Amino acid sequence: MAMSSENEHPVKAFGWAARDSSGHLSPFKFSRRATQEKDVTFKVLYCGICHSDLHNVKNEWGITSYPVIPGHEIVGVVTEVGAKVTKFKVGDKVGVGCMVGSCRSCANCKDNLENYCPKMILTYGTKYYDGTITHGGYSDIMVLDEHFGIKIPDNLPLDGSAPILCAGITVYSPLKYYGLDKAGMHLGVVGLGGLGHMAVKFAKAMGLKVTVISTSPNKKKEAMEHLGANEFLVSRNTEEMQFAMDTMDGIIDTVSAVHSLLPLIGLLKNNGKLVMVGAPEKPLELPIMPLLLGRKIVGGSNIGGIKETQEMIDFAAKHNIVADIEVIPMDYVNTAMERLSKADVKYRFVIDIANSLKPI
Amino acid sequence: MTARAFTGENGDEDVTIKILFCGVCHSDLHVAKNEWGFTNYPVVPGHEMVGTVMKVGSDVKKFKVGERVGVGVIVGSCKKCESCQQDLENYCPQTIFTYNSHYTDGTKTYGGYSDMIVVDERYVLRFPDNLPSEGGAPLLCAGITVYSPMKYYGMTEPGKHLGVAGLGGLGHVAVKMGKAFGLKVTVISSSPKKETEAIERLGADSFLVTSDPAKMKAALGTMDYIIDTVSAVHPLLPLLSLLKLNGKLVTVGLPDKPLELPIFPLVLGRKLVGGSDIGGMKETQEMLDFCAKHGITADVEVIRMDYINTAMERLAKSDVRYRFVIDVASSLSQ
Repeated sequence: MAMSSENEHPVKAFGWAARDSSGHLSPFKFSRRATQEKDVTFKVLYCGICHSDLHNVKNEWGITSYPVIPGHEIVGVVTEVGAKVTKFKVGDKVGVGCMVGSCRSCANCKDNLENYCPKMILTYGTKYYDGTITHGGYSDIMVLDEHFGIKIPDNLPLDGSAPILCAGITVYSPLKYYGLDKAGMHLGVVGLGGLGHMAVKFAKAMGLKVTVISTSPNKKKEAMEHLGANEFLVSRNTEEMQFAMDTMDGIIDTVSAVHSLLPLIGLLKNNGKLVMVGAPEKPLELPIMPLLLGRKIVGGSNIGGIKETQEMIDFAAKHNIVADIEVIPMDYVNTAMERLSKADVKYRFVIDIANSLKPI
Repeated sequence: MTARAFTGENGDEDVTIKILFCGVCHSDLHVAKNEWGFTNYPVVPGHEMVGTVMKVGSDVKKFKVGERVGVGVIVGSCKKCESCQQDLENYCPQTIFTYNSHYTDGTKTYGGYSDMIVVDERYVLRFPDNLPSEGGAPLLCAGITVYSPMKYYGMTEPGKHLGVAGLGGLGHVAVKMGKAFGLKVTVISSSPKKETEAIERLGADSFLVTSDPAKMKAALGTMDYIIDTVSAVHPLLPLLSLLKLNGKLVTVGLPDKPLELPIFPLVLGRKLVGGSDIGGMKETQEMLDFCAKHGITADVEVIRMDYINTAMERLAKSDVRYRFVIDVASSLSQ
């Protein structure tokens, strides 16, 4: 007989879950495992709402197994540590991003690329080593293998740090890997949402010139005055786009909707790089001539390994970079999801779990 | 026909070349039939030519009369832009192509299916002594087209695994170069009929037929890089799936319509799709010297000039191993 979510583990836990593809979230009783020797148990303080959470609760990628408790931008405080834990003590702050496990023995894991491990275990919706399904950060407590815990630097506010654990690393990792991190380079950022606004902040901190490319002209003032972007292009304005052709060393494309790559490839200089971090679920059209004629590339990137995530948050701390957030109580989450689907947020909702998640 | 017939002059920086051999590149066929929509008739194709220097201009430093030389895809560029200054004349926005293009004085360029050509020495290649003319001529386009991306995208680490999609003029040279770089090479093809050839004659380590689902499954995530020489519209997803983490798919063929690019495989495997277009002059010379050193030549079928139309028909059906080369000097008559 299958164990229910409430009984499969010894420790009672409480969260909000989606039970079907309507994506509607509601209170949910479940359980967490006992603290194993390399685990830390922590009380969740804040959890960011990533657009992936929305895709998942509505089964937009066709892989969701209900009930699902989303949330992979989690910050908490450690309440218990296992006997062999060395990284954290009780009372420490801890962050968790998109992964809670991997095989730890393959070439990718040994190279600190747990995010590319074929057996990577996601923070929610995936089978853990013990066969149970992982549940994410829209919950009161979590138990975590210490290897996947991120130390939150002291000078970063906890609520603004939470989204960095997914949105931040998702753009930081490709900036480094594709060499788009050198002062003086010109970076384009397509889409000004959770990922996009973090890309602007990181790139500016690295000394790059940044141009935001967006479908909405009303984000221009915000982008330039508040986020520090140097220029702003409205993608539907063909004249503006034409004028900017052949000016960018790289582009980080955060857009998940299907969209045209041709104008973006045109913005790149020779040897330029278009990096996809959004994941449209349908293929996009790739014109080959422009790639050839300018020796350009289109590449992808997926979050980052644990070592790099730590490096990224330390870099954020050094430059006082946090996400721009709207803090909400737990029971606002369904409204937040609706607003998120219309991109009506600057630029991440963060759930104040500790103060608003009340067990039923 | 002579190039720059209107001037007939050999400028100070020019060399005049008597053409001996000229390879038949698939681009010649595309342009001859106006398949790309920009052919300016009459067109004299041919951008894989080898010949001897007949005359040199007063400022020419690189060549002497009697030397064996080659001319490839370009005969001019602006010489001033960033690309030209970096020896990347092929990426200059004002590249002048060997045929179907215009010089700055407005005269048309005519290619190697002809008896002689006058070219600025900067765009002429020295042919190494031990490189035969017939087998070397196609390297001037096919060779550099695969050599350049192999260097640029780092496909030269011995022991790594290269896939070559398409086994034609470009593909077969990529196999040979791949082996010379010490790579393991797998030919990826839509048809099984070239398998014996690929392995026994060209030296490929293995051969993968894209329509064999079991073999494709077994090859998933095994290649470090793929050179895609296929010009027809084709699916990229199967090729992307063959790449390892951080794998690179480089397209050098020229499909006339956009291809479908699935994004998930790029993101989940940090893979990339890149392009490359021939190579600069310095790199083309380096490529010829590399081929001479490693005994790499194209596999050719030498033909007379009057066979050209039949050759073009056969080329359209990929019925050639793997380049036709016109023996211009012996067979082109007025």
